[in-house]
Amino acid sequence: MTPDQIIFLLCAALIVGSALMVVTTKNLVHAALWLVATLFGVAILYGLLQAGFLALVQVVVYIGAIAVLFIFAVMLTRREMRDKGTQVNHNWGISALLALLTFGGLAFILSSWVGFSSTAKAIPAGTDTLMMLGKALVSPDAYVLPFEVASILLLAALVGAVYIATSSKE
Amino acid sequence: MLLEYAAIALFIIVATAIGFIAIGLGNFFGPRSSTEIKAMPYESGMDPIGPGTRRLPVRFYLIAVLFILFDIEVVFFLPWAIVFRQLGWFGLVEMFIFIIILLVGYFYAWKKGALEWE
Repeated sequence: MTPDQIIFLLCAALIVGSALMVVTTKNLVHAALWLVATLFGVAILYGLLQAGFLALVQVVVYIGAIAVLFIFAVMLTRREMRDKGTQVNHNWGISALLALLTFGGLAFILSSWVGFSSTAKAIPAGTDTLMMLGKALVSPDAYVLPFEVASILLLAALVGAVYIATSSKE
Repeated sequence: MLLEYAAIALFIIVATAIGFIAIGLGNFFGPRSSTEIKAMPYESGMDPIGPGTRRLPVRFYLIAVLFILFDIEVVFFLPWAIVFRQLGWFGLVEMFIFIIILLVGYFYAWKKGALEWE
């Protein structure tokens, strides 16, 4: 095995293990902390895929901001919502079946795709991927429209959050 | 390629090790006699009032959401800023449109008093 593969396997074990802890641990604050471990594992995966910028964004945005938001959200909820009660309800069998079917279906569809069994070409050494990303983001024949639409999405999220949080006062 | 990340990996390993060593040494050499008063949460010498896990005001949530949104805005700035000179006026105008749309939300949050902490 190459070092890349060893790191990938360790990293996948970290992601799956901590993701399982997220859904099985009773204490919601601990679940949020396990989620941080999961997100960090994904950041390592991005690093392995030579997506250094994405790895950085994963740490800054997901661990630095979204995990904090989750912890705040847990602290906002009523105490009765946490730490108590069973973790499964009577629908767990159907849910497990649906999850299995979804996974099987996706795996079946993906198996006919070329990239499923072959590895992608390595990025040539010396390519500045961040520079290419910056150019693609604002060039009219690439992603300029999604880029501007992203700002509208952010605006909608901002207005929605402010409206929900401030309207409860009145 | 992996060697580029070796410094970060080393940093994580050393930082984790220091944490474990610092607590481990204290645990190993120091006497441990836990009393009920010692196990209490430290609140500047006062007896803590109420449980430590009481509900937080919604303001915290709002600040966290605003932080995420402007964090993502900054993430978009970085790749743009690297090629800023090559993009010329077109890139500048694009980014201004992006910022102005978000400024609308910023002024909405400001007007609504979301940035104040009464």
